Amino acid sequence: MGRVVVTGMGIITAIGNNVAENFDSLISCKHGVGPISYLETSHKGEIPAAEIKLSNAELAARSGITEPDFYTRTTLFGLIAAQQAFDSGISRYDIKDNKRTALVSSTTVGGMDKTEKYYHDYLESDRYSRFVQTHNCSDSSMKICDHLGLRHTNITISTACSSSLNAIMFGARLIRHGLADRVIAGGTDALSKFTLNGFNTLMILDHEHCRPMDAGRKGLNLGEGAAYIVLESAEEASKHNKEILCELSGYANANDAYHQTASSPDGFGPYLAMKGALDMSGLKADQISYINAHGTGTDNNDLTEGLAIDKIFAPNIPPVSSTKPYTGHTLAAAGVVETIFSILAIKHQLLFPNLNFRQRIEEHNFEPIKNLQEAEINHVVTNSFGFGGNDSSLVLSKY
Amino acid sequence: MEAYIRGIGNISPQNSWDNAVFPGEMVLYEGNRLKCIEPDYKEFIKPIQMRRMSRTLKMGVSAAGRCLRDAGIEAPDAIIVGTGLGMMQDTEKFLNAILDNDEKFLTPTSFIQSTHNTVGAHIAVMLKCNKYNLTYVHENISFEEALLDSLMRIKEDPSEKILLAGIDELTDEYFTITDNAGFWKKDIEGNSELLKHSSSGSIAGEGAIFFVVSGEEHPGNYARFAGVDTFYKPLSDDETESFIREFISSRGLEFQDIDLLITGMNGDNEGDNVYRRIQEKMFPGTPTAYYKHLCGEYYTSSAFASWLGAMIIKTGSYPESIIINGLRPEGAVNNILIYNQTNNTNHALTLLSTC
Amino acid sequence: MEELIKKLKVEIIEVLNLEEMEPGDIDSDAALFGEGLGLDSIDALELIVLLEKNYGIKIEDPKDGRKIFFSIRTMAEFITENQK
Repeated sequence: MGRVVVTGMGIITAIGNNVAENFDSLISCKHGVGPISYLETSHKGEIPAAEIKLSNAELAARSGITEPDFYTRTTLFGLIAAQQAFDSGISRYDIKDNKRTALVSSTTVGGMDKTEKYYHDYLESDRYSRFVQTHNCSDSSMKICDHLGLRHTNITISTACSSSLNAIMFGARLIRHGLADRVIAGGTDALSKFTLNGFNTLMILDHEHCRPMDAGRKGLNLGEGAAYIVLESAEEASKHNKEILCELSGYANANDAYHQTASSPDGFGPYLAMKGALDMSGLKADQISYINAHGTGTDNNDLTEGLAIDKIFAPNIPPVSSTKPYTGHTLAAAGVVETIFSILAIKHQLLFPNLNFRQRIEEHNFEPIKNLQEAEINHVVTNSFGFGGNDSSLVLSKY
Repeated sequence: MEAYIRGIGNISPQNSWDNAVFPGEMVLYEGNRLKCIEPDYKEFIKPIQMRRMSRTLKMGVSAAGRCLRDAGIEAPDAIIVGTGLGMMQDTEKFLNAILDNDEKFLTPTSFIQSTHNTVGAHIAVMLKCNKYNLTYVHENISFEEALLDSLMRIKEDPSEKILLAGIDELTDEYFTITDNAGFWKKDIEGNSELLKHSSSGSIAGEGAIFFVVSGEEHPGNYARFAGVDTFYKPLSDDETESFIREFISSRGLEFQDIDLLITGMNGDNEGDNVYRRIQEKMFPGTPTAYYKHLCGEYYTSSAFASWLGAMIIKTGSYPESIIINGLRPEGAVNNILIYNQTNNTNHALTLLSTC
Repeated sequence: MEELIKKLKVEIIEVLNLEEMEPGDIDSDAALFGEGLGLDSIDALELIVLLEKNYGIKIEDPKDGRKIFFSIRTMAEFITENQK
């Protein structure tokens, strides 16, 4: 099968409105978690989150949108990040024919921010009916296509917190099957009352800054954001003399098949995902230079993810970090956000720290990266695991 | 890219559960809403599992079980689900609890079951299936996206047996919301009158339709998915035509090879005119059918069309009520083109052929 | 205590949707989780909300639930001790 490479990227998270700003925050250990100020919720002041510090009107203005009301926050993030990816990997190279450019996007709750605002109105009259379909997960994908002028393959995936890694995987397969020349793949999710309260009922939200991979971890912080990368075949990229950011050398999707929310005690699904991605890449475990963990900060995830890492990589466990203390858990976007962080690690040969780590988890045989450090980084594994046991992993390699 | 249909499990507003009986007799509904005829769930779900399940989930798990049994398979190599709306019942329950109690005293069950991948995930847990598991959520092309994934996987490994689904449930609240928004005809007597009203809107429906698809030949195979493609907001009818032309020719077929065209006509005047223009220009001599009077309009209704097409190919017979242009297929039906679109936005083409 | 136990059984059947069960089917001393009634971690979270909503008792750490919700009787005892 042909080699698939990454040639462009775009991102907006609580630590920056583009790739450069996100990188600056990563290397200066500047995180985006704090009191909630944009989301209207009665949990303000009680539960922190990693919000993007822009109002919907400000976000819309950045995309040149004059009627911001018709756009959900999820869509507004998507437009910004997808446009950046498009500019950096496609339009910069003067590629104008986008007939064979596909969009593979993902989201968990779609336009829930509008739905929770108008739900009772929807039931009573047609006053706000024009917003009904912004609830659909595909609303953001379709508006991104409108914005970028894409009119062919237009896919939307939703597998909870692993969504955007599956979008990347699907994009790579479209290219390998010759169904597209270029794919913009990623995901977008805005913070909503629905998800904030949902995670709160599961009692897995840390009321302080989260501490993934730490013995004293108390849960996760929710975040919001969007990110997209441009995928294409190595031949197509070299035909246009493109800067190749990395190669997507392996990917796998597996299911834990254990419980709707809890991970199996030994992290069997995560093990299968990482093992599958490694097998496809043809690499041995000891060739991996860095693991960007899913590392949400919940008791269950971090314990079982660590056990799965141990099972594959021991005794030479590579440097591991969760970057979620920077961005919060951005749900559908998490996988692609962390893919971009992994690409930045390869590009700059830097390992990003796992903020807030103090004490090793008793059952783990490793400690995560404590400080920013230089290292030779050739191959990175990045993980995303979600509700419903949906587990996915990628291997990204220096090209 | 192609895949054989090896097994079927279909819960719809028609008598499709039994599969052995082709719906020559249409189940009639009054008004603008069609509801699934539900099977006895106890055959597939234990009471302790059932207690938390929404109707969608019960339909999904049961149709999956029926489908696997039909194919003679215990566990599939992949579970791939298309759903336009996901888990509306649990989403509404949690949303109402948030709004009614000012974010207090909320419980997790409806939240965790509100995620769009719940049906695929539950089937995986019940079958202890650790394999590939994905959910597509793109309005009226969700099923086609799941099908495209399935076809790619079978090309990657023809021995795989994939559980492929299109599932959407119509809850009372979502019906009210979409009725307020003008999605459904106000004055229609029933589903048999769907194309007789020159007005906007359609009739609401739902369904849970599962297929086992594989690259392997088998005497029990129903039909063969021979291709799928989608396109978005064509600039003109000419562009729509060229997409359809390319789709057919790239499968090595000519227009006259299409024995039956199944359109997604749903009674909505403006949308149906798109089909009429294409049909008259490109398929003037082709027997043309519709199916939404049988299952109603819903995001993954094209899975019902695929089931209908597969049954027509397998049995050689068809329900009389589906024909809309007076032309009937003569002799064997070898190739069926399914064309579904909504508001001239997301268009999907699926080709079904004999095995 | 027996009154409270009876009341709890009715409430649990309702919040956990144990549709086919009667209060008499639940043994006051049998384990609710695992081998007993077969409840799981999500049910435990539902029971935490039940305590808060119906009895005004807040449990901060879900891990505490394991002991409190061992059986209907342990639950009733916990409520009696902690209710203001």
